[in-house]
Amino acid sequence: MDVPDYGTVLDALLAIREGVDETLTLRCSCRSHICGSCVMKINHRSALACKTKLQAAQERAGSGHPIVVQPAGNMPVIKDLVVDLEGLWSKVRAVDPYLQPTGPVPEREYIVSNEAMLNVREATACILCGACMSECTVLEVDDRFLGPAPLAKAWRFTEDPRDGADRARLEALSQPGGVWDCTHCFQCVEVCPKDVRPMDRILELRRRAMAEGFTDNNGSRHSQAFVDSIGSTGWLDETRVAMRSTAGLRELRGWVGVGWRSFVRGKVPLRHRPIPGAMHVRAIFQRAAANDPPRQVRRREQ
Amino acid sequence: MKTAFYPGCVAKGGAPELYRSVRLVSEPLGITPVELMDAACTGAGVLTERNPLLADAINARTFAMAERSGLPIMTICSTCTGTMLECNLRLQDPAYRGRVNELLAPEGLEYRGTTEIRHLLWILVEEIGLERLGALVRRPLQGLRVAPFYGCYIVRPSNRVSADHPDRDHYLEAVIACLGATAVEYEGARKCCGFPITTMNRTNALRMTGKHVAEAKDQGADVMVTPCPLCHLELDGQQSEASGVLGRPLGLPVLHLPQLLGLALGFSAEQLGLRSHLVHVGDLVGK
Ligand code: FES
Repeated sequence: MDVPDYGTVLDALLAIREGVDETLTLRCSCRSHICGSCVMKINHRSALACKTKLQAAQERAGSGHPIVVQPAGNMPVIKDLVVDLEGLWSKVRAVDPYLQPTGPVPEREYIVSNEAMLNVREATACILCGACMSECTVLEVDDRFLGPAPLAKAWRFTEDPRDGADRARLEALSQPGGVWDCTHCFQCVEVCPKDVRPMDRILELRRRAMAEGFTDNNGSRHSQAFVDSIGSTGWLDETRVAMRSTAGLRELRGWVGVGWRSFVRGKVPLRHRPIPGAMHVRAIFQRAAANDPPRQVRRREQ
Repeated sequence: MKTAFYPGCVAKGGAPELYRSVRLVSEPLGITPVELMDAACTGAGVLTERNPLLADAINARTFAMAERSGLPIMTICSTCTGTMLECNLRLQDPAYRGRVNELLAPEGLEYRGTTEIRHLLWILVEEIGLERLGALVRRPLQGLRVAPFYGCYIVRPSNRVSADHPDRDHYLEAVIACLGATAVEYEGARKCCGFPITTMNRTNALRMTGKHVAEAKDQGADVMVTPCPLCHLELDGQQSEASGVLGRPLGLPVLHLPQLLGLALGFSAEQLGLRSHLVHVGDLVGK
């Protein structure tokens, strides 16, 4: 095939379609990593074919080894490299991806500060290519999870100063399938071709949801128990954190088996002694909290 | 080499066998672990999620203690490692570090930004070297098929973890081979074990655990090995529950990295605490 070294994986696939197998089916449009159509797995990692240089792909595959190209993951394959993206679209729709301003409508346009928009700029760079959905370790086992791109989209609206639906959004996102289902595995951060860092947005949504008082969920309970444990003894009291993270006795029952077997094998420490400098850790907790007011307080000051 | 040893909460709590194994293998490996007795929990990402400044301060406190002794920090947990690396990166900004140092000042500590963080796995490959490690092996693990399980934080994000060492996501395979065993290839080796959501969405966590263990077994693994005690809590501790969710028997023993090392270095199953795992560990060296 006649594809120069500086060509992309997409160039090679198109050359295959032209010269070898005209039935090869794939999506592409812009060929310059703008439209997001050409996402696929290249050497077992989700990427845009038009952004992946052939040479780099070959290096990653190892010399003498073929470059492996597969359809994106976590989505039904329609044909060859074309997958059904409906799951992504419906989840983006589910987060109400449009501004919901409150207050009187200004006579002309809404005026926002530069800084406020700079904050959301990175997240608005999302081209909805689906690389993050393809690589998400939660979607692999549970289709109900909203997923990285839709949650990054939701974050973008909660951060937009023109939007007035923050509380409703954060409440909805605190439900099962929302922010607390993310495993913090960095896969979406790793593969995003636009540096949107969806996982970081999800973690920030958690922080904000908790600050807004949406704490009646295991995620918030776990977070609070964890922070309390370090803040009081300097380190983690696993047993206490696990117990405090569950919703109640009924749920706790599901843990009795593991708990007992761990106990028998000497894996449940009977005492949790504070570290020697626990008082210093406590003091840092107090000072840091005073230095770093919760987010919504800062926003109101703006 | 002398290191400021940071065992982490799990090795000091629910996985005493890990702590014991590290202590055992350190001597033949030529590592002198000087334990940071007064270090706090890294926050395992949870603290960062709640309040980055607080997490950075708590970790800077640990870094300052290591810096004072002039030693690099040795960790034995993927999550501790990743969390520390993240905080340490932010702490390279002098202005920000100054702000964090104000929080440490009352204790008489100051962090100058020079502490290095190295997981035992990295020390094995980058400091000790595979050649020397190979020469230390007393009991080659011939015929043992080992499935590596990394833990997210020790491989991602790659620009933070492995910018200067692009092969870090293949170190486990290299060490396994060096000990005379065979590394098993399977899909889940670098994925999430499920532990972070074990209290939020237990079913999903168990599905992940079950999937990885089943895949490893299907590829013929006799045992799994991990450099992360949190992954171990999930892969070993929750394996029988995962087997229930998956609807198939599993029963794949999961070892901490220092335990696998210890076996090859000639220590016994008792010394290494192999009997304290929830999944029964049979005779591995007789393979
Ligand atoms: S073709 Fe548009 S992003 Fe690749």
